[in-house]
Amino acid sequence: MSDTIPAPKPSHVRRMRGTRTKNAVTLVIMIVVGITFLLPFYWMVSTSFKVKTDIFCVPPKWIPSQLRPQNYTDALGYFPFFRYLRNTVTITVFSTIGWLFSSAMVAYGFARLRFPGRNVLFYVLLSTMMLPPQVTMVPLFVIFRTLGWVDTFYPLIIPAYFGSPFFIFLLRQYFLGIPQELIDAARIDGSSELGIFSRVILPLSKPALTAVGIFGLMYGWNDFLGPLIYLNSEKAKTVALGLDAFRTFYGTDWQGLMAISTLMVIPVVVIFFFAQKYFVRGIALTGMKG
Amino acid sequence: MTKAEKTNLRNGLLFVSPWIVGIGCFILYPILSSLYHSLCDYSVLEPPVFIGLTNYIDLARDQIFWKSLWNTFFYAFFAIPLGLAISLSLALLLNTKIRGLAFYRTIFFLPSLVPIVAMSMLWMWIFNGQYGVLNYFLSLLGIRAPAWLMNVHWSKPALIIMSFWAIGYSMVIFLAGLQDVPLSLYESAEIDGANFLHKIRHVTIPMISPVILFNLIMGIIWTFQIFARPYIMTPGPGGPARSTTFYTLYLFQTAFEDLRMGYASAMAWILFLIILSLTLLAIRLSKDRVYYAGVR
Repeated sequence: MSDTIPAPKPSHVRRMRGTRTKNAVTLVIMIVVGITFLLPFYWMVSTSFKVKTDIFCVPPKWIPSQLRPQNYTDALGYFPFFRYLRNTVTITVFSTIGWLFSSAMVAYGFARLRFPGRNVLFYVLLSTMMLPPQVTMVPLFVIFRTLGWVDTFYPLIIPAYFGSPFFIFLLRQYFLGIPQELIDAARIDGSSELGIFSRVILPLSKPALTAVGIFGLMYGWNDFLGPLIYLNSEKAKTVALGLDAFRTFYGTDWQGLMAISTLMVIPVVVIFFFAQKYFVRGIALTGMKG
Repeated sequence: MTKAEKTNLRNGLLFVSPWIVGIGCFILYPILSSLYHSLCDYSVLEPPVFIGLTNYIDLARDQIFWKSLWNTFFYAFFAIPLGLAISLSLALLLNTKIRGLAFYRTIFFLPSLVPIVAMSMLWMWIFNGQYGVLNYFLSLLGIRAPAWLMNVHWSKPALIIMSFWAIGYSMVIFLAGLQDVPLSLYESAEIDGANFLHKIRHVTIPMISPVILFNLIMGIIWTFQIFARPYIMTPGPGGPARSTTFYTLYLFQTAFEDLRMGYASAMAWILFLIILSLTLLAIRLSKDRVYYAGVR
């Protein structure tokens, strides 16, 4: 008995053990990478609560010796944060509304209506996605300056009402997936195109519209170059510009800078957690080949 | 044209009309006027004066222009391929059947949500030469690290390192591509005795090649426009010894600080031609390597 060669283990046992060690390795890598990605967040939030002596010290203090929430009220007192916030919200909300309406309409035209020249126009749309905004940056500034719109919100809001190629593309991809029978049924019932669009397409496209809404809000909240070009007076500035100005004046006030940065990150992260599903689906849609 | 065709045309144009008007006002007219301005001396305050190709000739002799091109290509040369490799690796990690997948995906994506100004502030603090947390870690390894953003040689690498933190968008696009790869292909590869690397090399990469190309093109378009981070993070006009004067940063300074709109327009056109030719090059070189399932 003892000199017999042991029977090879059934292959599924071997494979299970193989996947188990593989999974363990994957898990370890995931945790290490995950910590690396989260560490800057921890560093930002912990700095925002630290007292000065904890900030300028080597080695760094991982856990603040005392928590100082006053950093937040101090930082907010240095510059008109709430006015900047109101400006940012105004720009963001109104441009997002514009993007939603116009992009959905145009996307419907491209996805569901057959008309001569449609494909040519769609190629034009795709190629404008490749156009770097720097090419139109200077002439647009000249146009808006002629209209007397510099230092107003109009240059940052009005263009949104004419659609964005990215959002049009994303919504078109989604509209293409809506079954034709639903549209035909509405058409037989005597619905106009506008009726089909508003009563059949839009209600069925809530996930894609939510994705566009979220991208729009994020864009407005994030935008730096636009406000930098067009908004120069104190009363018109946005939070992003305000934070940059804060850095210029209080360069080494790291606890204050991190406090405002944290305040800027919180809304985006909250929105993301509530709408993660739409968000991820929306990004995947833009990556699909047309 | 029949009546139905006429109705179709009318409806179609009606629906796409906002975009058609928009493209006229915000793309077509600006492109043409930018082309004209690039041939002019133009300060916005006074009407443009036609000067022919002078701007382009001056650009060829402009040291800072060449410096900004070099900086931008240097940045792109490292940031694009390494960024793609990292985001693809993360997507591959997330594509395994492991518990808590959504949780890890959220963590890897989270940095991409951070507003660019806040991100710049945070990384200025991380890269701080004296009290920065990065240099603390490096000192544990016995490395005496530079003052990153204040150092001529390390300011660009610092911005490249930072760009790897926010690769969530291409990661999610890769992940969507990976999830579309039929499992049967992996199974038949396994039967043929393929190991992990074989499968990646001969199944995964060819199957997601269109997604790789897409992310590469988006990477080119975005990377060449890098502006806010060097503008906010590095001192003075474009970093120590102009080491972070990237193309768009120089364009912005020319246009809105020096009010040389004609010169800036010429720069914008060169940027456009660079991005266009790199994109076409990427498409051309990948032509025989990209596999579209179901097409041809």
